[in-house]
Amino acid sequence: MSNEKKLILIADDDADYLFQMEAMVKNLGFRVKTAESQAEAEKVLETVKPDLAIFDLMMEQEDSGFILSYKAKRKYPDMPIILASAVTAETGYNFDLYNENDRDWIKADLYLDKGIRPDQLHREINKLLKL
Amino acid sequence: MATLHVLVVDDEPGIRSGVTRILGNYTVGYPFMDEDFDFHLIEAGTGEDAIDVLNSEPVDVVLLDNKLPGMDGIEVLEYIKQQNFDVAVMMITSYASLDLAIKATRNGAYNFMPKPFTPQELRASIENVAKHLFLKRMTRKMQEEGKQIRFQFLSVLSHELKSPINAVEGYLKMMQEKQFGDKVEDYDRMIDRSLTRLKGMRNLIMDLLDLTKIESGKKERKMRDVNLAEIAKMAMDTMEPYAIQRSVKMKLDVQGDPQLLADANEMEIVFNNLISNAVKYNKDGGKVQVCICDRGKDLEIKVSDNGIGMSEEDSDKIFQDFVRIKNSKTKEITGSGLGLSITRKMIEQYNGTIEVESKPDEGTTFTVSLPRL
Repeated sequence: MSNEKKLILIADDDADYLFQMEAMVKNLGFRVKTAESQAEAEKVLETVKPDLAIFDLMMEQEDSGFILSYKAKRKYPDMPIILASAVTAETGYNFDLYNENDRDWIKADLYLDKGIRPDQLHREINKLLKL
Repeated sequence: MATLHVLVVDDEPGIRSGVTRILGNYTVGYPFMDEDFDFHLIEAGTGEDAIDVLNSEPVDVVLLDNKLPGMDGIEVLEYIKQQNFDVAVMMITSYASLDLAIKATRNGAYNFMPKPFTPQELRASIENVAKHLFLKRMTRKMQEEGKQIRFQFLSVLSHELKSPINAVEGYLKMMQEKQFGDKVEDYDRMIDRSLTRLKGMRNLIMDLLDLTKIESGKKERKMRDVNLAEIAKMAMDTMEPYAIQRSVKMKLDVQGDPQLLADANEMEIVFNNLISNAVKYNKDGGKVQVCICDRGKDLEIKVSDNGIGMSEEDSDKIFQDFVRIKNSKTKEITGSGLGLSITRKMIEQYNGTIEVESKPDEGTTFTVSLPRL
C-alpha cells in the first residue's frame, strides 16, 4: 500500500454539514475534495478518480445521491460509495419511494445515517478501502 | 404523564439491562404536548420471545437487534408489519448494510441505531421515536375526527428544523474539542454560520406561525380600509438595509386609488414576502419595481426585479410548501421555502390570484390581483 493519503470525495448541499464532514474526514488522515451539489460532484468525477465517495441523498433532487452513485459506479466500478442521509429518521421519505426495479440500480456500498461519530465513520471507511 | 412501553429485543443481557437502566428513569416532553412520556421496559432475549410479548401486552416501541439466535430481527419486523401492530421499531445493529436498510425500511422500521451506542445516543433516538409515534397517532386521531393535518408537511418540517440544529451542534462540538485552535477568533466563521442557521430557523418558525394562522382559519381578520401604498412603503423600508448592502434600488409606483378593504397584517405579509424575494433573488446593482394599479373592480400589485430569474419548470413549483430553487445562483440565499406558499394562500383568501413570469438571468415579475370586496 502506498503512503500517499487516500482521496475522498464528499458531496452535500448543506454547506455547514459539508464543512464539518470535510474537517472530520481530514482529521482521520484522508485528503478530501468537496462538492456542493450533484452537478458539481459529477464535474469532479469527470477528471478525478477518488478512492472513495460519500454522497448525501437529497440534494437538487430528492434522489440525487442515487443518481450520482449510479453514474459514479458506471465510470469507476471499483470506487466504494457511502450514501449518507437522514432519510429513515425523517419519516416522510423512505426507500418505499423506489420500486423493485429501482432497487437494482442503487449502486452504493453502504448506507449510513447522518450524525455518525468519527470513530464509526473511520471504521467503515477503512473497511471499504481495505486498510 | 403517559407511559410508553418499550420492548428491548437483544440476545445480549448486557444490552438489555443497559437499555432498561438508561430509559427506566428517563422522561421526554415536547413543547407541543401537554404531558411528558416516561418509559416502561420489557425485555426479550429472542425473536420468538418478542413475538410472545407483542401478542400478550401493549407495546409502543420495539428496540430490535437484527442478529438473534433463532429468527432474526427482520423476521420479527415482518411479523409486526403483517400483524399491523401499532408500534415504532428501531433497529439496533452494528452497521446497517444498504440491503438491510432497504429491507428494514420497507418493512416499516423507523430508524437505525448503531451499536455500540452511548446513553445519550439512546436517549436522543428514543426521543425521536416517541415524537414520531406521537405525531403518527395524533395524525390518525385527527384524520379520524375529520380534521386535516398533513403528515408529509410535518415530516419535511422536522427535516428543515433538524438541519440547522445538526449544523450548529456540529460547530459547537468542534469548538468544544478546540479542533481549530485555542482562540475564540479561530472560530469566527463557525460562530457566524451558527448564527445564520439559527436566524434561518427563527424565520422558518415565523413563517410557520403565519401559515398556521391561515390554515386554522380561526384568526379574526380585522377588515378595514387599508392603504396598500403605505404597506408597500413599510415593507420596502424593512428591506432597505439589505438592499443598500447589495446596491439594489427599489421604486414604488402608485396609479389611482390604493385603498382596499383588507386586514393590514395580512397585506403586510404579502408585500414583505414579495419584496424581500425581489431583493434576495436579485443581483448586485439590480432594480426592484413595485407597482400598485387601480384597475376598477380589482387592485393589481406588480413586483418585478431584474435579478437571477428562473426556468419555467422552477416557476411551476415555487408556490408549494418548502420548495426552494437550488442552483449555484441561489446557494448563498437563505429562506424557509414557505414564503410564496403563504403569500398564495393569503391571496386566495381574498379570492385573488397570483401569477409569476420569469426568465433566467433577466428577472421575475409577480402579479397579484385582488378584487375589491
